[in-house]
Amino acid sequence: MTEPRPTDELKYTPLRAAHVRLGGRMVPFAGYEMPVQYSTGIIKEHLHTRAAAGLFDVSHMGQIALRPRSGRIADATHALETLLPGDILGLATGRQRYTLLTNRDGGILDDLMVSNRGDHLMLVVNAARKAFDETHLRSHLSDSCTVEPLLDRALVALQGPAAEVVLETLAPELTSLRFMDARAVTLLGAACFVSRSGYTGEDGFEISLPAGAAEPLWDALLRNPKVAPVGLGARDSLRLEAGLCLYGADLDETTTPVEAALEWAIGKARRAGGQRAGGFPGAEAILGQLPPPRPPEQAGEGRVGVTRRRVGLRPEGRAPVRAGALLFRNEGDAEPVGIVTSGGFAVSLNMPIAMGYVPPKAATPGTRVFTEIRGKRLGVIVSKLPFVPARYKYR
Amino acid sequence: MLRFTRDHEWLRMEGNVATIGITPFAQEKLGDLVFVELPSVGATFGAGAVAATVESVKAAADVYAPVAGEVTAVNDKLAEQPGLVNAEPTGDGWLFKLKPGNPADVDSLLDEAAYGALTAAESA
Repeated sequence: MTEPRPTDELKYTPLRAAHVRLGGRMVPFAGYEMPVQYSTGIIKEHLHTRAAAGLFDVSHMGQIALRPRSGRIADATHALETLLPGDILGLATGRQRYTLLTNRDGGILDDLMVSNRGDHLMLVVNAARKAFDETHLRSHLSDSCTVEPLLDRALVALQGPAAEVVLETLAPELTSLRFMDARAVTLLGAACFVSRSGYTGEDGFEISLPAGAAEPLWDALLRNPKVAPVGLGARDSLRLEAGLCLYGADLDETTTPVEAALEWAIGKARRAGGQRAGGFPGAEAILGQLPPPRPPEQAGEGRVGVTRRRVGLRPEGRAPVRAGALLFRNEGDAEPVGIVTSGGFAVSLNMPIAMGYVPPKAATPGTRVFTEIRGKRLGVIVSKLPFVPARYKYR
Repeated sequence: MLRFTRDHEWLRMEGNVATIGITPFAQEKLGDLVFVELPSVGATFGAGAVAATVESVKAAADVYAPVAGEVTAVNDKLAEQPGLVNAEPTGDGWLFKLKPGNPADVDSLLDEAAYGALTAAESA
């Protein structure tokens, strides 16, 4: 029951004092001291986010500005497309997109958000990957772009069905944003960059702002009774219910976008027959795993060319199945066919849930596989993702 | 009178049976519990053997038998209400009852003052 003690090497976000004041239990995470929960606890924080609005400090994540040396945004767009399979050229000014940096084998180096800010691209990357990503971007794109980590900026997320009415009191124009829109907005006098997005499956906003403006905004949002602070614990249980991947758990350098069931993040223009087909690291491996293009009269999904697929998993009974648990095709099998990569408890559904990788033959929802907990075999049902339907605002 | 282990279990002797649970300090550290796996009545454990598992949203933790003995009862309420362990760790949130093989073993466990010193040191 001993926890690693925070050391001098751990970094603080600009909201560290606010977390401590709120009774945040501070733990090391990706090199930062972060609140895993506040005094109310993970269950209440999770449910509050789904019922009203949860406020998250995600300032540990990397914010990187990618600026074209020529001043022409298309040069940054073309450059970034050489490192990932997303359609970035098709990303309009004021829009954001989820995408994946890949390596030569088709493995995922990081998953990230990219938004088009008109004269440059803004990237939000995982905390544990930001040093790597910066080096990677610099080493490949420096001829055409500058790579500027925005070290003096905080990032907070307001997530949940009440997020819009809460933010509307500070900036009425934010109600016009749709899911994955992103725009510069002044909040309490601070120059912010706000996107309608998040990591919970709820409607909500992510707000990039100057570090010095973070605490006043945080405190102002918390004065609204609809808003409660939420730590990393509930952030994880919320994203798992939403079927969203965690880099380092569900995704890594040995996992391809198609194996991870993230082929929706591969732009049409970047696929075989597209206007800018391929041209990213691992293109041959990744595009070769996609089902061949089919005539429109043949409905339904083609077969993907992979040996494993990420799926949702519902363990039978009430015992949570954790990351690392092995998956077996039959109850008595000695050889595992898959592994759980994220597992925990769905607070909103009051049942254990997990995600993991199984062979394509076992990836059909409803398939029963088995895992082992404390020496006992337990049935696990392959399930559709997400576990809790997303409530994004597309209108 | 409560006795304690260094692994944050508590034990209360009533007659020749010990009621066992996890301490307020332990439940606070674990956070909201969502699942408790209890032993079978009649099972026997050596001192320090894993007798139960408590799981929070985040993680699982083993609960050890504070002394050797045989399980005489388990708290069935926890199947539906694992949160009782958080709400009343030394009351309705008890885990199981054990009949010690050697009742004198209980005397070697920590008393309240010694356990208080231990948790103070772990919190510092």
